Amino acid sequence: MATFFGEVLSVYSRAVDEDEEELDENEEDEEIRRELEEKREVNLHWSPEVSESLKSGNKLQCSDFILAVGHNAARFLSVYVLTSENWDAVGHASVWNERSRAATGITSEEETACVFYRKKDNPSVLICQVTCYIAEDQLFQWTEKVFDCLQHRELNVTVLSDSSVAEYKTADYLCYSSAPFLRSLHTGAFSGQPVCQSLEQPNIVTGLPAAVLNHCEVHRIATVVYQCYSDVTGPDSVTMETYKPALTKLSKSIQLDPAPSTDVLRKFVRTTNIQSNLYI
Amino acid sequence: MFISSQNSAPSFKDFTLVMPAVAVGNVGQLAVDLIVSTLNMSRVGYIHTDCLIPMTGNNPYATCKEDAEELHTPAEVYTAAELKMAVLQIRAPIIQTKSKKFRQLLVSWIKASGFSRTVVLSSSHAYQRDDQQLQGTPLRYLVTPSLLKVSADALKELGWKEMERVSAFPGLTDANTEPRLYIPGGGITKGLYTDSCAEDLPLAVLLLFCSEGDNIPDAFTLVNHLNNWLHLLENPSQKPNKWKIPTSWSLLFGSGIPPALF
Repeated sequence: MATFFGEVLSVYSRAVDEDEEELDENEEDEEIRRELEEKREVNLHWSPEVSESLKSGNKLQCSDFILAVGHNAARFLSVYVLTSENWDAVGHASVWNERSRAATGITSEEETACVFYRKKDNPSVLICQVTCYIAEDQLFQWTEKVFDCLQHRELNVTVLSDSSVAEYKTADYLCYSSAPFLRSLHTGAFSGQPVCQSLEQPNIVTGLPAAVLNHCEVHRIATVVYQCYSDVTGPDSVTMETYKPALTKLSKSIQLDPAPSTDVLRKFVRTTNIQSNLYI
Repeated sequence: MFISSQNSAPSFKDFTLVMPAVAVGNVGQLAVDLIVSTLNMSRVGYIHTDCLIPMTGNNPYATCKEDAEELHTPAEVYTAAELKMAVLQIRAPIIQTKSKKFRQLLVSWIKASGFSRTVVLSSSHAYQRDDQQLQGTPLRYLVTPSLLKVSADALKELGWKEMERVSAFPGLTDANTEPRLYIPGGGITKGLYTDSCAEDLPLAVLLLFCSEGDNIPDAFTLVNHLNNWLHLLENPSQKPNKWKIPTSWSLLFGSGIPPALF
């Protein structure tokens, strides 16, 4: 495209990328592509007990699956639910993509980025915290692999997801002062009553919560997603508390702690250190 | 693959399928939105695939509170049975490495469903036009040999312009370079067209040269052009067609602006 000043600029489309043409690949290119695909595969690692029960095509009995996507959603579960120490870590998912930190072998970072917990006294309640970035081409795979392990009958899924309020489109700009707030989306099979307003047009949900909703809508699993729009990107106790109403219905089965102690909160909400004093 | 959203699988035998290509300006998709919204089409199923980037939202064609909270996925099929028409709407970009797989998925689904003809609504970068293409109408069409057999007369009557083949290296007069089909910014359009020719599918492509920006007028142009052929809206008088804009088209360029900003 030529501009008025005589320069020629590349034009980018929001819809399509350039180079849709398929170039002939030689064997080496194909092998590199194959290896890259293998590296990007999502792998689930279960505890020996769970692996045993999943043998020969069996599925995990699951009545409630709670998924937290994002740091504040994950910390909310850590503070309000997982501190009761009634939970066993039963597995994790390893996901590698361009945003993963370069590591030699499996680091503890990778192991804590996507962890599954099961309630000790009620093994049909499963929690998963996802704090790592799952790339666009891995979302479908993650969802299929996880839900392939769970039995679908009478399964209820609740997803808690962090989002920035900058992503929220509304005609009323005053809405931003009421952040953090929740909005919900649910599948056709969900018969309950969401605890907050439904997500208004033209807003959409993307990423892992969207992949889960797509899967559950198509497979008719009762699922509700609570998206929390917050103006704080880092760990924030106010944002975390916003999720509380989302789990009230499940509070008995998961033993939700309505008022965690400040010690527990302090452990999970580290205030961001001042990186530089140049602009106090 | 196609999964029905109802208790039984719908029949698409002898239906016309209209679908968009995810292309520059999202014009095809916007045009399809207008068709679904105006004809009040009902959803009959989903195309559930790993080839599209996941996204989801409430009913983009909601007209009242009752149907507002219906979840929608990136690729869905709608029908208007009385018009024997089906529409596939694609709402998300195709994952780059899965473009070929997606085309194959579409071709096999179209074949298996028994559509009498398929129309792909698409667009192409306006800035890539050559000197000839800069003049006249920005609309072009392409049709597979299979569909040409049935629709040749209708297309002749409409007086549409076929998409030109351009030389691979403009300016170079090399005897070896055959003019070829080139649809820059058209996404899978060219691939889908050539695959359909190879599979002997009756398929037509309707495309518009455009640029990124406010593509709503482009969508209207394309859908009116389609209407001249398929007569989706009957309009006895010479007044412009009344297409209904869906609620999802609000705030296309961002949220409301606080007046104090100025």
